[in-house]
Amino acid sequence: MTQSIESKGGRLPIARASDSAFRALLFFGGIVVSVLLVAILLSLVLSSRPALVANGFRFLTGTEWDPVTNSFHALPFVFGTLITSLLALVIATVLALALSILMGEYFRTGVFASLMRTAVELLAGIPSIVYGFIGLFFLVPVVRAVEIAIGVTPFGVGILTSSILLAFMILPYSASIGREMLSLVPTDLKEAALSLGATRSEMVWKVSLPFARSGILGGVFLSLGRALGETMAVTMVIGNANTMTLNLFSPGNTMASLIANEFSEATTPVYLASLIEIALLLFIISTVINIIGKVVINRMVGAA
Amino acid sequence: MRPQMTPRGVRASDPALRGRLRADKAFMGGMLAISMIAVLPLVLILLFIIIRGASSINWQFLTELPKPMGEAGGGISNAIVGTVILIIVASVISMPLGILSGIFLSESGKSGLGRVTRLSVETLMGVPSIVIGIVAYVWVVRPMGHFSALSGGVALAMIMLPVITLSTEETLLLIPMSLREAALALGVSYPRTVLKVILPAGASGVITGALLGVARAAGETAPLLFTSFGSPYMVLDILKPMASLPQTIYFYATSPYPAWQTLAWGASFVLLVLVLVLNLLTKLVTSRWKTQF
Amino acid sequence: MKVSRLFLAATLILALGGVVFAESYEFVGAGATFPAPLYTKMFDEYSKLTGVKVNYQAIGSGGGQAQLKGRTVDFGATDVIMTAKNLADSPAPIVHIPAVAGAVVLVSNLPGNPQLRFTGDVIADVFLGKIKKWNDARITGINPGVRLPDLSITVVHRSDGSGTTGVFSDYLSKVSDEWKTKVGSGTSLDWPAGVGGKGNPGVAGLVKQLPGSFGYVELIYAMQNNIPYALIQNKAGNWMKASLETTTTAANVPVPEDVTMLSLTNTDAPQGYPISTFTWLILFKEQHYGNNQKAKSEALVKMIWWMTHEGQKYAEPLSYATLPAPVVKKAEAILKSITWDGQPLMSGM
Repeated sequence: MTQSIESKGGRLPIARASDSAFRALLFFGGIVVSVLLVAILLSLVLSSRPALVANGFRFLTGTEWDPVTNSFHALPFVFGTLITSLLALVIATVLALALSILMGEYFRTGVFASLMRTAVELLAGIPSIVYGFIGLFFLVPVVRAVEIAIGVTPFGVGILTSSILLAFMILPYSASIGREMLSLVPTDLKEAALSLGATRSEMVWKVSLPFARSGILGGVFLSLGRALGETMAVTMVIGNANTMTLNLFSPGNTMASLIANEFSEATTPVYLASLIEIALLLFIISTVINIIGKVVINRMVGAA
Repeated sequence: MRPQMTPRGVRASDPALRGRLRADKAFMGGMLAISMIAVLPLVLILLFIIIRGASSINWQFLTELPKPMGEAGGGISNAIVGTVILIIVASVISMPLGILSGIFLSESGKSGLGRVTRLSVETLMGVPSIVIGIVAYVWVVRPMGHFSALSGGVALAMIMLPVITLSTEETLLLIPMSLREAALALGVSYPRTVLKVILPAGASGVITGALLGVARAAGETAPLLFTSFGSPYMVLDILKPMASLPQTIYFYATSPYPAWQTLAWGASFVLLVLVLVLNLLTKLVTSRWKTQF
Repeated sequence: MKVSRLFLAATLILALGGVVFAESYEFVGAGATFPAPLYTKMFDEYSKLTGVKVNYQAIGSGGGQAQLKGRTVDFGATDVIMTAKNLADSPAPIVHIPAVAGAVVLVSNLPGNPQLRFTGDVIADVFLGKIKKWNDARITGINPGVRLPDLSITVVHRSDGSGTTGVFSDYLSKVSDEWKTKVGSGTSLDWPAGVGGKGNPGVAGLVKQLPGSFGYVELIYAMQNNIPYALIQNKAGNWMKASLETTTTAANVPVPEDVTMLSLTNTDAPQGYPISTFTWLILFKEQHYGNNQKAKSEALVKMIWWMTHEGQKYAEPLSYATLPAPVVKKAEAILKSITWDGQPLMSGM
């Protein structure tokens, strides 16, 4: 294709010119996203520079976030982000695996199967803000009632509430990856197990799952990446308290909800830059997790 | 003891086998139960929004502007129009770029640059939307000196871009080489091949990518918080702050005024309908227009 | 051909006419949720009078200050005067214009909605996390005859940068030395306890739904949502219920030369409510910046003049206290000091 077309009258210069122009255009298309990504990273770094300088490394280890004294530290929010995401991940993985196995093994065709599939797709499309609204009006009172029954301060909002909400939000995504990974298990392997007398559940448990293990792990990472960046729903039900505690019933705060709450009000340049530094941190963490997930999945897909 | 095959299934007399068969049934039951826990509550709530939200939809709701704090009545007309305008701005920016990079990935996806591009696209897909909002604030709001729908559109464009790219690439890859080779063998130039042969064949993928991107962007709130900012008025000028459905929901849902909460339910319903219709359209386009090879 | 050309000409004339005769300015403002119900009402009425539209986003006083400094809005609204440090790194001098006065009340959610009484130091200790239960001796001591349950107190504060917080913490710093040293006053604090709600509406919403909660909101939010609020003991020892009268009394004090020095909290007035405050509109003293046009800035100043004069009549129905006459005089002086290229803007009006 790089050769020019030889015709009786010689080469066709017009074809060549549009050829290379088009190739240039495609090349532009190829690099535009990468350039965009680099630009995003650079912007975040440059805009947070006053904070990077002022806060130093203590930013990552300190626990105080005090706009009055301009003392900003990220640890409570990193902690909040991780604990809500990890808890959500545990809940979502159990639910998603069940869904994937059900739809991959037991109900692959039929009315029920397509109903389930439609349901999961519907859930995937619900916007984050609507989840937050639902969480505020349904989940919070339920959690509150549970807290009153247990005898804990009935905040209703808090880490547990946001984790549950988050779990349902990443569920469709997890389930679709799980289904995809399970479908990569070679049928002859499964049939071999069945022909040797294994029951369906034994086959799933002893053959499919172990085979798809790394793919599922990759899916876990990707779902974690998705959970980390979730903002609106979490902001509405987490309680907005800058505390670091393992008490799941207490309110907390995540990096994303901190930014959502305080960005438009950062009154000093250092305050704003510190919030952008949190955004930078969030960007790095979620990118790293997503890349790990992708690498793990690619290895599984390549091996299958 | 060989298990007996009966019309009603396997009947076993060996206790160990019976145990395993019981465990098998229990496993399936367990998977079913857990799946129901996963799906049912949310479907129920979806129905609830439909019922609650639909009841607050009336002509006044769709055509009026919101009232001052605490007063009853009002509507979300500005939010609906605002969301539409924001999506249009975002599409104008992201569609050409998305299709272009999608074509690139389908043509040169295996090359070095192709791999880098794919990594970038997938990374961009995973960037939290609030971070994108901050970037749009730094790039557009600050230099402009005020909030605007344009900055909101830029943020949404960055969110839509990877979706369009990946969908375009996915569909174009399904087109067999033979089509390409046939066109080239007939003397069609390379650009013409791509634009007049390949792209139309993969049109369904481009359209679904656009629809999915729009569905995703329409529901985003975080990036709009400090870009398009919101407005109680009907705004058509993209250089001004503008209201949007998700922002309206956020603001009114967290308020204690019952009148505003009703607005939020109705707005949720409208947004949900919008997103679901887009997803349905995607399915329709795929089933009707997807060229089978 | 002639018809289409005529049509084109007509459209152009109409468009031009629209541009020339469009006197309706649009301002973008942001800030305090404290006066937001009143402001949105005022803007609604003003637009009916003059066609001027105001897009006011109630994102909290901190937001109002930040957005004005960032020059992304035309004016800001804040319940507390900007700090010296804040003003120092602003691109240009900012003026504060008093707009109206209001009260910060303490709202609670208890079974039976009893009428509670509180003193300043008890409130401070609750918010410090030192008093944890409703039936604590210090609370029952000042509330004889009220059956207080053995319920934990859930403190509700603001999660966003809030002038209401600023006023409230200013009051607490005056009545509690421990609060002053441990937490201090400001729009965004390092809260020792509790849950955060966004804006006055967010706090009101949380208190309404959380049994055992205790929060602070502007009076109108408590009234519009039927949430009971406490009597507070003022400096003179009287138990004051926040109302139009008690807030107006607290606001009727001698006005210092620099009106921004005026703080109404912990008022000396014997019948004044102790957590009252003015709320302010902030804009740049020199209006010629960015894309501003003289006529538009004039319209802005004119609107604020209206808000401090004729607009005050909308305050009382919403239980905000109107500005006392000497404060209005100060407001006029400040408005007259706003300049365009160094010349007072209002001289031509």
